Amino acid sequence: MEIIISILAGIIFAVAVYNLLQKQMIRIIIGTVLISHAAHLFILTMGKLKRGQPPILSEGVTSYTDPLPQALILTSIVISFGLTSLMLVLAYRTAQENKTDNMEQLRGKPNE
Amino acid sequence: MNNLAILPIIIPLISGAILAFVHSKVSLSRTLAKLFMLINLGVVIYLTLEVINYGTIILETGEWVAPYGIVLVADSLAAVLVLTTNIIAVAAVFYAPHSLTEAKEKHYFYTFFFFIISGVSGAFLTGDLFNLFVFFEVLLIASYALIVLGGEKVQLRESLKYVLINVFSSILFVTAIAFLYGVVGTVNMAQIAERVQEVDQQGILTTIGILLFFVFATKAALFPLYYWLPKSYIVPNPVVSALFAALLTKVGIYSIIRVFSLIFIHRPDLTHEAFIWIAGLSMIFGVIGALATNNIKLIIAYNIIPAIGFIMMGIGFFNESGMSGSIYYLIHDMIIKTALFMLVGIIAYVAGTSDLRKMKGLIHDYPLLGWLLFIAAFVLAGIPPFSGFIGKIQLLKGAFENGEVVIAIIALGTSLLILYSVMKIFIRGFWGERQTNNKLEKKPIFGMVTPVIFLLACSTILGIGAEWFVPTIESISSDLLNPQNYIDSVLKE
Repeated sequence: MEIIISILAGIIFAVAVYNLLQKQMIRIIIGTVLISHAAHLFILTMGKLKRGQPPILSEGVTSYTDPLPQALILTSIVISFGLTSLMLVLAYRTAQENKTDNMEQLRGKPNE
Repeated sequence: MNNLAILPIIIPLISGAILAFVHSKVSLSRTLAKLFMLINLGVVIYLTLEVINYGTIILETGEWVAPYGIVLVADSLAAVLVLTTNIIAVAAVFYAPHSLTEAKEKHYFYTFFFFIISGVSGAFLTGDLFNLFVFFEVLLIASYALIVLGGEKVQLRESLKYVLINVFSSILFVTAIAFLYGVVGTVNMAQIAERVQEVDQQGILTTIGILLFFVFATKAALFPLYYWLPKSYIVPNPVVSALFAALLTKVGIYSIIRVFSLIFIHRPDLTHEAFIWIAGLSMIFGVIGALATNNIKLIIAYNIIPAIGFIMMGIGFFNESGMSGSIYYLIHDMIIKTALFMLVGIIAYVAGTSDLRKMKGLIHDYPLLGWLLFIAAFVLAGIPPFSGFIGKIQLLKGAFENGEVVIAIIALGTSLLILYSVMKIFIRGFWGERQTNNKLEKKPIFGMVTPVIFLLACSTILGIGAEWFVPTIESISSDLLNPQNYIDSVLKE
């Protein structure tokens, strides 16, 4: 199970990096969304999957799910959610002001 | 008593929230911002004195015992850096009203300013790797808001790149933490250090260390990951650039110091050796950038990169002189970079341009400004008796102790070129005939110059009074070289 999810995360990483390397702004943002999903899947895998137990440890309990990765992912999801919306607004305004959404044309002049 | 450790994070956070409510009343928010900043500085001075006199303060949040909960560790390195941050912030909060337009101040400048201070203090104080990521995000999100404040065409264009590179490296940070958690099963830095030590940093652990280094090097703008820095640091307002230059890259370098003096220290042949070369290349390429441009803001922005190289060099040597040189240089550079960015902001304001080819003879109208820039250039290059000299002499001592002669020569050559690159502003901008066109009236700059004088005074005291500071710095560096002290004080074994 862990192997399959790791491979899945790897594939998403690859797709995300491909998107990050594009010239169109919106594709780059989709790339960052995908790469954060890949990272979150990856954290979940690191805490071992499918134990079928609640994340509670008390006396007499021998098997439990590790709650820490879930807490980490929750924090990270909130952050990447906020960042994605910020980036969308920023990209929209940039495209409006500069009249292009092509990163090639957003380089800037050498001696500005 | 232990709660003292969280105050430098909480006070700016609450101040920022309060200032969000009064954002439309500019004069009230100015006064409140100055007041809150001075209160915070007072608390931080008290914290630093406590830590230096009575040892590390550890706060286990919510009474969760380490390593299960999040710990805040105010050891002497963190406390000293938080103090430096607050000194800079005080100067910046007094400089801001003169440099910003009222519209920018109304658009939540002070709120985000305090959030950045909160995030930076948190990143210095935390003892938990994932919490470090969270504080990185706090300060980065505040910086995204500040870099785009004003919303000009060029600003939007450069901030998009800045946001993208930082989002990418943050996600790599999370991935690296996931790897590390998968291997050692904890995110508490002290416990990670203990477990890495048990297995002697075998196999994959070094790879994870280098992945973490890659993340921090992107934030700190080390060679070859500095390409995003110069252009994005010159687009916001001078006071924002000054804050970024002083704090953001330095948080990255602090994280490298922390991680590679506490956790990944068992294979120096793979990590610390490489740091020395990366440091050398950062110095060379950074200073070439500074020499190649005529934009005064770009000259100073490129000068950030060799400074990071100097700090990195000391971490690479990993001996007592090298480490104390690094820490001394780190504090010195935080102060002087703020002063230089502020000075360049004033020069661009009075000359009406930031192109060196279009300005001359400013010394006739602004003698004080000219001489301040002159002194600042000396401080930056490390001419005695200023603070850069003490840091560099320690770093060179570290280099010769390890027999690394080549890097010492590169460092000395770079220092000369740094001096030249800043003197170029003085020679071309201040010397020569007074500019004759009547468009440029004499502008009042007293309010803007005072914070710069304050920072240069701090820097001079740091240099002349080296005898008072060096013992503290040396005890910090010997603490860093004995990570067992940190581990024991956090895990209480």
